[in-house]
Amino acid sequence: MEKTANKQMICRTLMEAAREDRNIVALCSDSRGSGSFAPFAKDFPEQFVETGIAEQNLVSIAAGLARCGKKAYAVSPACFLSARSYEQCKVDVAYSNTNVKLIGISGGVSYGALGMSHHSAQDIAAMSAIPNMRVYLPSDPLQTAELVKALLKDEKPAYIRVGRNAAEPVYQEGEYSFVMDKASVMRDGRDVALIACGEMVAAAKAAAEILEKEGIGAQVLDMYCVKPLDEEAVIRAASQVRAVVTVEEHGPFGGLGSMVSQVVARTWPKPVVNLTLPDAPVIAGTSAEVFAYYGLDGAGIAEAVRKILRPDGKEA
Amino acid sequence: MNLSALAYDLRMDAVEIIRAGKAGHIGGDMSVMEILTELYFAQMRISPEEAEDPDRDRFVLSKGHSMEAYYAVLARKGFLDKEEILKGFSQFGSPYIGHPNNKLPGIEMNSGSLGHGLPVCVGMAKAGKMDGRDYRVYVVMGDGELAEGSVWEGAMAAAQYHLDNLCAVVDRNRLQISGNTEEVMGLDDLHAKFRSFGWHVIDVADGNDVAELHQAFEEAKETKGKPTVLIANTVKGKGSPIMENRADWHHHVPTDEEYERIMADLQAEKTRREEA
Ligand SMILES: Cc1ncc(C[n+]2csc(CCOP(=O)(O)OP(=O)(O)O)c2C)c(N)n1
Ligand SMILES: [Mg+2]
Repeated sequence: MEKTANKQMICRTLMEAAREDRNIVALCSDSRGSGSFAPFAKDFPEQFVETGIAEQNLVSIAAGLARCGKKAYAVSPACFLSARSYEQCKVDVAYSNTNVKLIGISGGVSYGALGMSHHSAQDIAAMSAIPNMRVYLPSDPLQTAELVKALLKDEKPAYIRVGRNAAEPVYQEGEYSFVMDKASVMRDGRDVALIACGEMVAAAKAAAEILEKEGIGAQVLDMYCVKPLDEEAVIRAASQVRAVVTVEEHGPFGGLGSMVSQVVARTWPKPVVNLTLPDAPVIAGTSAEVFAYYGLDGAGIAEAVRKILRPDGKEA
Repeated sequence: MNLSALAYDLRMDAVEIIRAGKAGHIGGDMSVMEILTELYFAQMRISPEEAEDPDRDRFVLSKGHSMEAYYAVLARKGFLDKEEILKGFSQFGSPYIGHPNNKLPGIEMNSGSLGHGLPVCVGMAKAGKMDGRDYRVYVVMGDGELAEGSVWEGAMAAAQYHLDNLCAVVDRNRLQISGNTEEVMGLDDLHAKFRSFGWHVIDVADGNDVAELHQAFEEAKETKGKPTVLIANTVKGKGSPIMENRADWHHHVPTDEEYERIMADLQAEKTRREEA
């Protein structure tokens, strides 16, 4: 798989489906460029709705369309979609149970030096807190395409968050079988389980490779399905290792780490460390700079693992 | 330097900042420059010395993405240091980010998410009325921004509370990211819309003309009992034909060649205006 932004894969997959299914409708809020949805708007003008810069309107219109038989895909920057139109997501989408798929693009810290207004480090928590809302953070282009194909088959609400940049492929075509709502176990290891979502999966994989050279066995779980969380996979992993480390491009509260910690504490108590962005405005910089600064890259994750396995600083 | 030439000088600063940070929203920076120039150098009672004065006029850049224009103005006004901005803009760990950051001097409110400025300014203007202070409150919005419902909620409240100390400016450049505003989400008849919301509405035929803006702001000050909005008809990318009226220059970062061309065009226009 070539390096492609996950948002591009969403558009491509929907365009393929939209040719056959006239009920697929995409909506944008002056976001077709940033969402990579310009090709959809161009090829399917009859299946496209532009709302202008109006994210609340976007989500409510999507819900109305869905209630009348459309499969609505509302595409807007994750920061605005998950915050500005939060109540529309809660009431018109989740509560009324409309078939709206909320596509949060340029999520996390993708917008870098544009500041906290443009960061979505709260969206997993916010969206997960809504009953009847599912939350997905696919890790790479291939998985993103498979996820969208699966979502096309159901009629329930979902929030999908993807980044802005071309995503590092973590799966190879032909070697990956996608199972809906099941974490993908990418590596085995008996010392630590790294549970990650979104673009942090590639970082967790990199950390596991570093640790392997030091004789530390790290499992890597791609938990793209943050809600419903694949609890079985979490329990299995926790039962096999000495510690669990979660990694996400999100603040410290209510995200993947919180959810994994709840499951581990309840079922198979083991030390859990949550690697996250801080509870503070994120430092200005590119995604790579920001990840490195907060230890959300391969080296930083490996260092966190060493610490948790050897908390006293001595050799384990 | 007369204000009309100053606006071109500040455009050059903004373009320099964009080049230094390899980021920014050049189209809206260029269209809004005379509005900011007139406000900061002719209209508002505001300066670094009285930055904390409770009677200072208040300003909110609701279209926060025009930050490079705002940096240029704040630096010239003495709030910020241009060299520091050039060094830091969009760099790792820098406070000079792509939207207003009120950890920096001279900036009242953070923005970046469109549709917040007007309601915030309703609060500021209402506080002024409550406290019997005579400061004025100014907000600058994009035209695409007006699709946000919150703008109209604020517009309703401003009229409800007779906020004649509030003056809004719409940078009516008729473009947003996806293209022409009237094709994306039509706004016309904008004058009638604001009027029906209880506002005094002034159409500024050329919103890139400081003299016309001056007259309009003076009229706003004289208007009692209701808020005033200036619909300033501007040109997105104003200052060089290679970027004027082009939606794809919303956040385009000029190439070296484009940069040279733009700076030459801006310099020529500045000189022309200095001599006029
Ligand atoms: C709530 C919100 N939605 C979307 C955006 C992304 N965005 C930034 S600038 C822009 C276009 C703004 O157009 P306009 O208001 O006309 O500004 P101008 O033409 O003056 O640049 C958009 C959609 C945003 N900053 N805030
Ligand atoms: Mg505009």
